Amino acid sequence: MSQDTLFDKVWDLHKVSRLPGGSDQLFIGLHLIHEVTSPQAFGALKDKNLKVKFPERTVATVDHIVPTDNQSRPFKDNLAEQMIETLEKNCLENKIRFFNIGSGNQGIVHVVAPELGLTQPGMTIACGDSHTSTHGAFGSIAFGIGTSQVRDVLATQTIAMNKLKVRQIWCENKLSHGVYAKDLVLHIINELGVKAGVGFAYEFAGPAISTLSMEERMTICNMSIEGGARCGYINPDEKTFSYIKNKLCAPKNEQWNKALTWWKSLKSNEHSIYDDVIKLDASKVEPTVTWGITPGQSISINQKIPLLDDLSPNDKLVAKEAYEYMSFKPGQLIKDTPVDVCFIGSCTNGRISDLRVAAKVLKNKKVSKNVKAFVVPGSEKVATEAKKEGLDQIFKDSGFQWREPGCSMCLAMNSDKLIGNQVSASSSNRNFKGRQGSPSGRTLLMSPAMVAAAAINGRVSDVREFIN
Amino acid sequence: MESVFTPPIGKISHISGKCISLNGNDIDTDRIIPARFLKCVNFDSLGESVFEDDRKTLKGRHPFDLEENKDATILVVNSNFGCGSSREHAPQALMRWGIKAIIGESFADIFYSNCIAIGIPCFTLSKKLIQEIQNYIDNKFLFLEIDMKNSLAKTKDLILNLEIKESSRKMFLSGEWDATSTLLENENLIENKFNQLPYIKFNSHLT
Ligand code: SF4
Repeated sequence: MSQDTLFDKVWDLHKVSRLPGGSDQLFIGLHLIHEVTSPQAFGALKDKNLKVKFPERTVATVDHIVPTDNQSRPFKDNLAEQMIETLEKNCLENKIRFFNIGSGNQGIVHVVAPELGLTQPGMTIACGDSHTSTHGAFGSIAFGIGTSQVRDVLATQTIAMNKLKVRQIWCENKLSHGVYAKDLVLHIINELGVKAGVGFAYEFAGPAISTLSMEERMTICNMSIEGGARCGYINPDEKTFSYIKNKLCAPKNEQWNKALTWWKSLKSNEHSIYDDVIKLDASKVEPTVTWGITPGQSISINQKIPLLDDLSPNDKLVAKEAYEYMSFKPGQLIKDTPVDVCFIGSCTNGRISDLRVAAKVLKNKKVSKNVKAFVVPGSEKVATEAKKEGLDQIFKDSGFQWREPGCSMCLAMNSDKLIGNQVSASSSNRNFKGRQGSPSGRTLLMSPAMVAAAAINGRVSDVREFIN
Repeated sequence: MESVFTPPIGKISHISGKCISLNGNDIDTDRIIPARFLKCVNFDSLGESVFEDDRKTLKGRHPFDLEENKDATILVVNSNFGCGSSREHAPQALMRWGIKAIIGESFADIFYSNCIAIGIPCFTLSKKLIQEIQNYIDNKFLFLEIDMKNSLAKTKDLILNLEIKESSRKMFLSGEWDATSTLLENENLIENKFNQLPYIKFNSHLT
């Protein structure tokens, strides 16, 4: 059993009681909601004649269904309009703060909460969205919940949950040039497998993690869930604190000093005990691309798609399914695979640093004429900053479409969708069958820089050839 | 199907019914219910869309389309079932199609807790046993009677020792899986916790 890790300290602090069944009742410090997983929860609350217990501990935004071409209201899509109206009404009726389109603070929930300073070390954070693990980058314990648990948090600010085990993933050395946080996390998921994290929280640590910026750390924690871990976190340090400082909802004045002292006391230390520790060498990671239908099916850019015989018995079944669905042959190179669509965005890689890296690759270059490319900033703030830096112009000049903030083709609930069996190079987090809107659409996950390189060549490419 | 759907309530101690087998590891919630069906403000009509894209691809040969499975209630799956998106729409769709319990090699965490929260017990068995059961179902009907108290599944001539987390088993037996009221019983403790937490005053604009 783990002891004295940040996870243990934060969990124990938030434990309200041990429930008769044996699970813990856990207090949720920050509850984030969006339009897709909350309406039924508010409905259930009404049915049970219950009120929102601490409305000020819940914050809302709208992201999944928003169109990214034309955001004027009412939305063209009636169902999407109905969903945003329902959220507006629920927030108004229950006095929940809502960052709506045009507020300057709307965007993907996991981009917005950190940039507002809502996400802080030591908090428990829950949201009806599996990528809530993102917030763990700040040393909070953050995890996705389902709609019934959203109902429970609204009604009681607590949920029933079993404590997770803690696995430390120690990353030695640092990433080499042209290799990004996305490559590292894809590599980790490939090494450990997509279900290794079930029942665990992942603590990412080591020199390779400390050198990452806060935005890169968010990319890592974001994808914990793709390795099966519902929660991933990184111990807070000076980078964490200076990122939060002066943000809209950050502690101010004497509260800031109190916060800082408390945050520093939370870190795991040399006395911490883990249920498991895994070490890997980050300097060996290369630009990584998925070739299959789970985020664990990835290889580095110069590798060949694995042969069935090279895989463990457990991986064979899914590999066979993947060859067929992706129409890849075992032993084929991933490099130079033609792509039809290039997508930069999502809660994994839709932040300003992601846009900067991609824009650097695209500057004075043109997108291949066979490719439809578009970039969707993660939030209104990201969009504003990008425009200030002239990044939007670089994207447009290269042939990328510049869009309004939202989840967009990460899950294709708006009109941005793959068509038929198109291949997309995507900076998002899931390459599941049909994920990007077409039941036969094919997704190759990679870093935003790699997406930019693929857009220029019209083929999967090694971004290191573009950025010497 | 929707007209006759009644969600489970209270104690869940016995589930019996016909098994339906679905082969494959890492079946994610996007496949169980594709994102376009998430455009809804209630769960009512999800049952008919469960596995929509997989079913279309298989043109009537998907287990959820086979005539003999129409009245099945116990789903038998392989490993890491329900990975990916946290959408409760996935177990809701399964439940509204008719599934009352799932037996598998393993389940993804969030999917598992969503199932508990809506009253679908998820049991595990070894890979070997699951494969034997799935092979059996390929040829014959399998009716199981699940006894939650003793974690057993029985047929005429076979008894299976099912595994389930002890806390989940207790919650089903007591009815506590429907968590809201249990959680609310500790209202005072919740208030105390709120007052004790060091950071409640940190986000000044929220208070
Ligand atoms: S960007 Fe994608 S993964 Fe992230 S919250 Fe939106 S839909 Fe989910």
